[in-house]
Amino acid sequence: MLTENDWQALWLTVRLAGIVTLILLLIGTPIAWWLARTKRRWKGAIGAVVALPLVLPPSVLGFYLLLAMGPNGPVGKFTQMLGGTLLPFSFWGLVVASVFYSLPFMVQPLQSAFEAVGDRPLEVAATLRASPLDAFFSVAVPLAAPGFLTASILTFAHTVGEFGVVLMIGGNLPGVTRVASVQIYDHVEALEYMQAHRLSAVMLVFSFFVLLALYAWRPNPKKER
Amino acid sequence: MEEGIEACFRFDWPGFSLDVDLQLPGRGITALFGHSGSGKTTLLRAIAGLERTAHGRLVFSGEIWQDQNRWVPTHKRPIGYVFQEASLFPHLTVMGNLSYGMKRNAAARSINLEHAIELLGIGHLLDRTPDRLSGGERQRVGIARALAVSPRLLLMDEPLAALDLKRRQEILPYLERLHGELEIPLLYVSHSPDEVARLADHLVVMEEGRALASGTLVEILSRLDLPIRLGEDTGVVVEAVVAERDRMWHLVRVAFPGGSLWVREQGSKVGDRVRVRVLARDVSIALESHADSSIVNTLPATVSAIRDESHPALCLVRLEAGGTPLLARLTRRSASALKLTPGCTVWAQIKAVALLA
Repeated sequence: MLTENDWQALWLTVRLAGIVTLILLLIGTPIAWWLARTKRRWKGAIGAVVALPLVLPPSVLGFYLLLAMGPNGPVGKFTQMLGGTLLPFSFWGLVVASVFYSLPFMVQPLQSAFEAVGDRPLEVAATLRASPLDAFFSVAVPLAAPGFLTASILTFAHTVGEFGVVLMIGGNLPGVTRVASVQIYDHVEALEYMQAHRLSAVMLVFSFFVLLALYAWRPNPKKER
Repeated sequence: MEEGIEACFRFDWPGFSLDVDLQLPGRGITALFGHSGSGKTTLLRAIAGLERTAHGRLVFSGEIWQDQNRWVPTHKRPIGYVFQEASLFPHLTVMGNLSYGMKRNAAARSINLEHAIELLGIGHLLDRTPDRLSGGERQRVGIARALAVSPRLLLMDEPLAALDLKRRQEILPYLERLHGELEIPLLYVSHSPDEVARLADHLVVMEEGRALASGTLVEILSRLDLPIRLGEDTGVVVEAVVAERDRMWHLVRVAFPGGSLWVREQGSKVGDRVRVRVLARDVSIALESHADSSIVNTLPATVSAIRDESHPALCLVRLEAGGTPLLARLTRRSASALKLTPGCTVWAQIKAVALLA
């Protein structure tokens, strides 16, 4: 059915999406928390920056990231100083790019989930001797659990579907940066329509089940006050 | 160690300001009473540290919780707080809610948890989640949860306001029990004259972010010069002792300095301390004692002050019955016909008396 290269591309895709989701859980949660709780004027600007990847063409985002991570870019100079390697055309370069690309898909559902939790449960926790950090983990996170699930699934699925940024940053190196979407593009370029069909079908079925899971598990909107 | 609470807060928000300087007792129930928007909840939140005011000074039993240089965050204040809506954690069971604060307070003693469960009668609910509780049960759990952290100051923000009359009647007895057993001060925010009359020992009247008056319940309720706009609920509370029971007619006689009143019996025994509420609209004045009246309760009294009411036909008369203040609402025509002036000796005829507890 699928060729060895196809399997390699799929495995790479899953690995990339998994790592990006984990990293974004760590980075996106504090950003979402800050956006949900702050009353500062900065909020709008930061929110807009986080949302940029939603509207920006992936090639634009990829272009800037390529410049930043290249030998003369600030990120490139930094990585060269550390170990002498450059991020573009490497797996970790893809990871960094995907983190930016998928940021809003982690931050926005988490932000709404934290906003829905509201001030009251945290005030209650404070009157019951919980420090702000304690209240975050013992009250806010459990109450926002459905938001974490939604955000993780969306982030994972969105990273799997990435194409433009990958081409700009990673190119097309088998086993390193050639993810499933790029592999399909290659098949079509080479007029291997049968191969393209099979891999596309896998992606279609995967995407459907991800969304099915998302909608079927969505908790009952009826909320206890 | 200095007992009591010194609370001084001042700040302005667009459309709302708070400006209070209060000395509150270190024991008993202090009611913060006022209409909505009077700032009573904001004051309570400021005392809990949930609202941070630019200018403020808060000293509890000699410990400074807030001043120019110091700010003790809410989670480090030894308080218990009951919110208007029970606000239980929906992801925890009743027991999980009750033990949440206890686990985080080294000073909490499990005896308090057991006592709170028993006091609020929620032993059979411990394994349930909050969504399987009725509104009244939820609020009882909320009160028990605040007690279980072994607070040194208990704060309650209209704990009954979100409940219907039936649920309120369900919880009031628990609060009255609490009143009798509690050894720590309780600040109780309310806009209900009935709750205040039943529960409070000390009363702070709030209006537009200011404290109009602060004093004992008996003293404040009998003052004429306060615009506590209670309307039909204007009246005094008298602290009394059950002196006698008339089993045949199901009445008890409650005695207080200045006389005694016959009231419907409600299961209290001779010697019990009780509270009776006498509304101003139920008190009329006669110059002589009438034996041939259906009114059972008449007390000799002296007029001490008269004040016009907001309606031009009415006036409020303050009477002293041997040290116990009473209020009577009369028409100004009657007051004029009886030639009532301060110093007059009269008979207060009391049509109805409510035995509170």
